[in-house]
Amino acid sequence: MTLIAPETSSPLPLEHSPNYLEDGFSVKSWLLTTDHKRIALLYLVSITFFFVLGGIAATLIRLDLATPEGDLLKAGTYNRMFTLHGVIMVWFFLIPSIPTVFGNFVLPMMLGARDLAFPKLNLLSWYLFIFGGSFTVLAMLLGGVDTGWTFYAPLSTGFSNSHVILVVTGVFITGFSSILTGLNFIVTTHTMRAPGLTWFRLPLFVWSTYATSIILVLATPVLAITLALVAVERIFHIGIFDPALGGDPILFQHLFWFYSHPAVYIMILPGMAVVSEIVTCFSRKQIFGYSFVAYASISIAIVSFLVWGHHMFVSGQSVYAGLVFSLLSYIVAVPSAIKVFNWTATLYKGSIQLDTPMLYILGFIGLFTIGGLTGLFLAALAVDVHVTDTYFVVAHFHYIMVGGMVMAYMAAIHYWFPKMFGRLYPEWWGRFSAFTIFIGFNLTFFPQFILGYLGMPRRYHAYPPEFQLLNVLSTAGASILAVGYVLPLIYLTWSMKYGPKSPPNPWHATGLEWQTTSPPPKDNFEVTPIVTRGPYDYPSLKAQNDAPLNLSPHLLEEAPA
Amino acid sequence: MNNGFHLVPPRASTMAYHIDSLVLFLLCVTAFFTILIFTLIIVFVVKYRRKHPSDIGKNIGDHHWLEWTWIIIPSLIEVVMFVWGAALYIRMSRPPANALEIQVIGKQWMWKIQHPSGRKEIDELHVPVGRPIKLVMTSQDVIHSFFIPDFRIKQDVVPGRYSTEWFTPTQIGQYHLFCSEYCGTGHASMAGRVVVMSPGDYAKWEADVPLDQSPEASGAKLFLQYGCMTCHGQQAPSLAGIYGRQQTMSTGEVVTVDDNYLRESILNSRAKIVAGYPPVMPGYQGQLSEEQVMDLISYIKSLKGAATPPAPNLPQNGGSPP
Amino acid sequence: MTSTPFIHHQFDDALQQREAATLGMWTFLATEVLFFGGLMMSYVIYRYTWPEAWVEGSHHLKEYLGATNTGVLLTSSLTVALAVHFTQLKARIPTLVCLILTLILGLCFLGIKGTEYVIEYHEHLIPAIDYHPTDVIDIRHVQLFMLFYFLMTLLHATHMTVGIGLLVFLIIQVSRGRYVDGNPNHVEIIGLYWHFVDLVWIFLFPLLYLVR
Repeated sequence: MTLIAPETSSPLPLEHSPNYLEDGFSVKSWLLTTDHKRIALLYLVSITFFFVLGGIAATLIRLDLATPEGDLLKAGTYNRMFTLHGVIMVWFFLIPSIPTVFGNFVLPMMLGARDLAFPKLNLLSWYLFIFGGSFTVLAMLLGGVDTGWTFYAPLSTGFSNSHVILVVTGVFITGFSSILTGLNFIVTTHTMRAPGLTWFRLPLFVWSTYATSIILVLATPVLAITLALVAVERIFHIGIFDPALGGDPILFQHLFWFYSHPAVYIMILPGMAVVSEIVTCFSRKQIFGYSFVAYASISIAIVSFLVWGHHMFVSGQSVYAGLVFSLLSYIVAVPSAIKVFNWTATLYKGSIQLDTPMLYILGFIGLFTIGGLTGLFLAALAVDVHVTDTYFVVAHFHYIMVGGMVMAYMAAIHYWFPKMFGRLYPEWWGRFSAFTIFIGFNLTFFPQFILGYLGMPRRYHAYPPEFQLLNVLSTAGASILAVGYVLPLIYLTWSMKYGPKSPPNPWHATGLEWQTTSPPPKDNFEVTPIVTRGPYDYPSLKAQNDAPLNLSPHLLEEAPA
Repeated sequence: MNNGFHLVPPRASTMAYHIDSLVLFLLCVTAFFTILIFTLIIVFVVKYRRKHPSDIGKNIGDHHWLEWTWIIIPSLIEVVMFVWGAALYIRMSRPPANALEIQVIGKQWMWKIQHPSGRKEIDELHVPVGRPIKLVMTSQDVIHSFFIPDFRIKQDVVPGRYSTEWFTPTQIGQYHLFCSEYCGTGHASMAGRVVVMSPGDYAKWEADVPLDQSPEASGAKLFLQYGCMTCHGQQAPSLAGIYGRQQTMSTGEVVTVDDNYLRESILNSRAKIVAGYPPVMPGYQGQLSEEQVMDLISYIKSLKGAATPPAPNLPQNGGSPP
Repeated sequence: MTSTPFIHHQFDDALQQREAATLGMWTFLATEVLFFGGLMMSYVIYRYTWPEAWVEGSHHLKEYLGATNTGVLLTSSLTVALAVHFTQLKARIPTLVCLILTLILGLCFLGIKGTEYVIEYHEHLIPAIDYHPTDVIDIRHVQLFMLFYFLMTLLHATHMTVGIGLLVFLIIQVSRGRYVDGNPNHVEIIGLYWHFVDLVWIFLFPLLYLVR
């Protein structure tokens, strides 16, 4: 397939309409907005809050593990901390992060639309998120919950003396926020594409976000009903999952992982979406194997529904089930590998510029490769028996979730920051914190692979002394990582107000979202763009005009624009 | 327990060697691809760095043969991983027939273990070296998991059913025992040690227990105490030699009598009714502890071969198992 | 931006808006399928684990009431389909009549379901509230059956109640002459929802009442 750059009928709108940030300054104009860009910023603020909250819990966990006896926290407090960390990070940061902030902000613009298909539903979705989040925060203030984020029955239904019901309610409500977001994206992608924007002219960000939305819509309701059953058993003491009352605890695990395995892909697919955008932009090159990357997203979404049982190889499910789930898990690894190879091949003969977003993306590709490959250990049945529920698993999924998803999230913030706020951030600080995060991350989580193989179980508040060295390394790494996360929080907040003004398209990217002003006007485009070409066509951009490519943001930074 | 720092845990069971070989294979493949990707990224980034601000990348088009190459080759390598891992997993799921059977009960937050002689211990497991050991495990509250890293084995211990795992220790020594499924406040303290002894030492250690304490003997007492023999053999099915046999249920379903079936029939008698018998037996859920159920099952298992209903007499005093 | 009363600002034309609304409802229904699906799947798995208890439990349900309700809902599906048909023809009065009929049938369904609950209460069959039936063998697992029966039918009844609220909204709007003036979107998608809720019952009825 030949792909050519999108070309808009009118690249820059006229200057007369105010940008979306200036369209009303009252609190009401923000809290009752239906503008997808403002809702994206509401999400940005909310998930940053939750990220900090989850990060504080993580800090306490790592500090506690610096000594074998776990001197800092009591066992009960420690358990509450890792549960809080898991619940907050999974449902209130990772799952919403890229879809709700960047999906909301750029998806309609990438499609050349004025807004999502259902703007009011979008606002409702944010309120549900906040409502669900407040239940969880309330539970935390009242004393927390100690079941682990997996809420395994019968511990959660009959034995834990903590605020299970509050947290489960919070997650239940937030689930509906996810469903509404997914629904909105699906409908918008199907019906709101600009004239000429066919499916194979879509940026890969849209493909990946679409795949994510399918999972959000189809998996989340199963989680909702499962958590509702946990609450019913807990309130009425009727055995649905507790064998002492006549239920089956393994059924809970099947239902829970039927959601939570696809949820892993809810977390990583949007990260992959961002990688495809940024790797092309900073190589100024067509993506290698567009259709393979696009179909890989869809196949991941489909196969992800069939592999949940690989979380249960030692749970007592039948051997045959184990064999099937192991095989399917190897199959789901293939599309991810395709993506990694294609991104790497995209760099070949590119024109590569290592700006902050690109640094994060290269970090993503490397760390995701390690995370993905260690998944092969876990999919191998007999090896999984040894390493499951140890720190090996913890390291594996943090390589995917933090090394992958959070890296992509940081890349996305730095990439679209000029579009969102019309300002640039100090590039040196950006690169410095990208390196800090990369180093801190590896130091934190690489030792955990070894710890896990040595046999240190996860969720242990105290451990045998021979594991101390690796734990101390990990804690040291976590401190560096924390610095790496605090820095962007500071300089990005500063840049929102004091950063140098950004041109509409500082990276000379080809996406439709860059063909309007920065920040964009309320309706995104003055005139609905007409698309005649596919994405990432840098030759055409260069042919249009050579001059803009010469102006990199750093040059702008030094010379007052 | 070696308290020094090392990168690979000791290999102290027959399975440990097999698992580590597979891990080594996985490690080589993983290292190869990781190094490949990292090298390519670094080489490309250096070689194709932007030399002039207006440079753009060179369009190299699509190469479908390349795409299929990196789809098919990794898939083939994965097939090897799958088959290898699955073969070992199947082996791990089938305990040898001659294995020494030890009962394990998990509870918040301790492991209760009973040997065939009736000797009991908590948070410690003594086993003889070189002999296959089969653990029959259940939990009396939440889900636990019985994990011995140096043997490379782990199995969830689920309330309401029996799960099993087996191993053959190869080295005399002491090893960590962990609960690896999060089970509440004291999860981290539900750890202990496995002591692998020479067969002679184990025999001595195991025999250090008062007579009449074997699981079968205790089971036989319970059998009398609860009056089981007043029905079984008359209006209820005979239990002699029942273990391992096929039974037809009133629904027409055929089940094999195993530990899990016996357990359900004792605790929740009306879930499955043997064809031709009235559902008269009360369920003993809540009346018998997990230990007592295990003892009863041991007793029923010991009733081998006899064609006549078991006589309501005590078996010979609790000696070693048959 | 063109802005007519029917078309929200984000859409280009009425066709796009209609496509979006319809696809939105279908996507929502896909979510609903999985929502009920999780519950039904658990029910089916337990049915295979404890078949005898499930048969026993099923005998305690009033299949004649369930069958009547099936008939009531199928009829309401017909009336709501007719309502959509008449809306498209811009016929206000027939639309209104069909919607009101649907509403009445929906209320009938809830009435019959409520009666059934009352009977079951008197037979001490309601877990957590009053469960000590006298003529049940496998008390524990029949209780689980009854729990699933109540969860599934209550979830369905909740959806019915929402549907009835939507019908009331439609009736008010149509009586004021809206939606029968060439913009049948709302009636169509609410009709779609109503059909879905009926369809759920078509699955629930045999699952609960007929698995003997």
